Amino acid sequence: MEQCNKPTDTARPRSLVTIADHSRKKIEYLIEMAQEFERRPNRRLLEGKVVATLFFEPSTRTRLSFETAANRLGARVIGFADPKVTSGTKGETLKDTIMMVSNYADIIVMRHYLEGAARYASEIAPVPIVNAGDGANQHPSQTMLDLYSIYKTQGRLDNLDIFLVGDLKYGRTVHSMLTAMYHFNPTFHFIAPEELAMPEMYKAFCREHGIRYVEHTHFDADVISGADILYMTRVQRERFTDLMEYERVKDRYLLKLDMLSKARPNMKILHPLPRVNEIEYSIDENPHAYYFEQARNGLYARQALICDALGITLDTIKNDKTVIES
Amino acid sequence: MVAAIENGTVIDHIPSEKLFAVVNLLHLDRMNTAVTIGYNLKSEVLGRKSIIKMADKFFTDEELNQLAVICPNITLCIIRDYDIVEKRTVTLPDELRGIVRCANPKCITNNEPMSTHFHVHDAARSTLKCRYCNTIIQLDDVQLVENS
Repeated sequence: MEQCNKPTDTARPRSLVTIADHSRKKIEYLIEMAQEFERRPNRRLLEGKVVATLFFEPSTRTRLSFETAANRLGARVIGFADPKVTSGTKGETLKDTIMMVSNYADIIVMRHYLEGAARYASEIAPVPIVNAGDGANQHPSQTMLDLYSIYKTQGRLDNLDIFLVGDLKYGRTVHSMLTAMYHFNPTFHFIAPEELAMPEMYKAFCREHGIRYVEHTHFDADVISGADILYMTRVQRERFTDLMEYERVKDRYLLKLDMLSKARPNMKILHPLPRVNEIEYSIDENPHAYYFEQARNGLYARQALICDALGITLDTIKNDKTVIES
Repeated sequence: MVAAIENGTVIDHIPSEKLFAVVNLLHLDRMNTAVTIGYNLKSEVLGRKSIIKMADKFFTDEELNQLAVICPNITLCIIRDYDIVEKRTVTLPDELRGIVRCANPKCITNNEPMSTHFHVHDAARSTLKCRYCNTIIQLDDVQLVENS
């Protein structure tokens, strides 16, 4: 992993494949950029630019967030939301699609069902690629909005107690969170059924980087009382080989209102959404709930990621004369 | 048992079960010069070993180091004028391009006409990591790319 980006690197157009490519300094830089966009999201900064959103796998939420980010900065958006309409169904390679679209767009935001697709696209494309999710591998814009949400709610990223709950085996958001937070001396608590426990390779990553972690299979008010961030994920039926086991544990990782009785005042509940039933609906009105605001932060985080990939610096954004005051 | 060569390369101490993987990796089927292959020869160290002698053929370090993926302990002899002028072992390179197949069926490299690319993840544990999908594989379990 990079130790530190030189200041001049921030001005160079480049692809975003994984948050693991970013240093602490770069993450803080992008958070500051997202803050600028939150203050003033509507601009003509990308006027004359074309942003392509290529969704080889449907993801309405992520696509709308990226397209809103581009539209609010004055870019025009092309692309597809349904892979059935692409030439991929006729046997066209990813390379051919990327090379063709590179002729039309200044930047490509892509979602793909194959792992490593974004890395490969970034190697062949003459324009920057922003990874909007590649299979079970990486989803860096989700990680960036998670980090921005943590920063906004806690006022810092350093020395936090972060509790990850639910499916820690397959959930790429929680894996990316480990990779990104390692710069900030966190203490993680992994709360999951044994079948969906944090995989050994991520625990080894924590040990190698001196990240403290505690594992729990129990989930109650006492456990939650130590959290600054409670990051909920969904326990999915299809992940279990033993359905009896699923039935046994499925309700153990549901967050109920009375479980927040001992929570720290600053504790916030995050969730990558969509939620099914893992957070009781009555919690939505509770001051600890933050998941809807978290989704809105995605807009600002993605504005920052698009601009950074296009080589637009924080200085340019701070001194931007194209702001549309509402 | 196996005739001496005047000039070329001899690869000795190949575990017999790895012989055909070595043949494949070095593209010996495409060679025009004489190649002698000894299979299942008696060996004090390995029990059974194989040996390949290639006349008038010299490999680059990069080519030979690829062999470390399948047989890290083989010995190579460079022959000139019937004499061994150099003996060497192989070293696993930090990067392997187009040699090893990714074990993840959903990896882009298994679905697109492109080269695979691995980095050594942990030399002590003999693991490789796919540059694209981040899958980690054990060196003992690697499958080679067909026609690599």
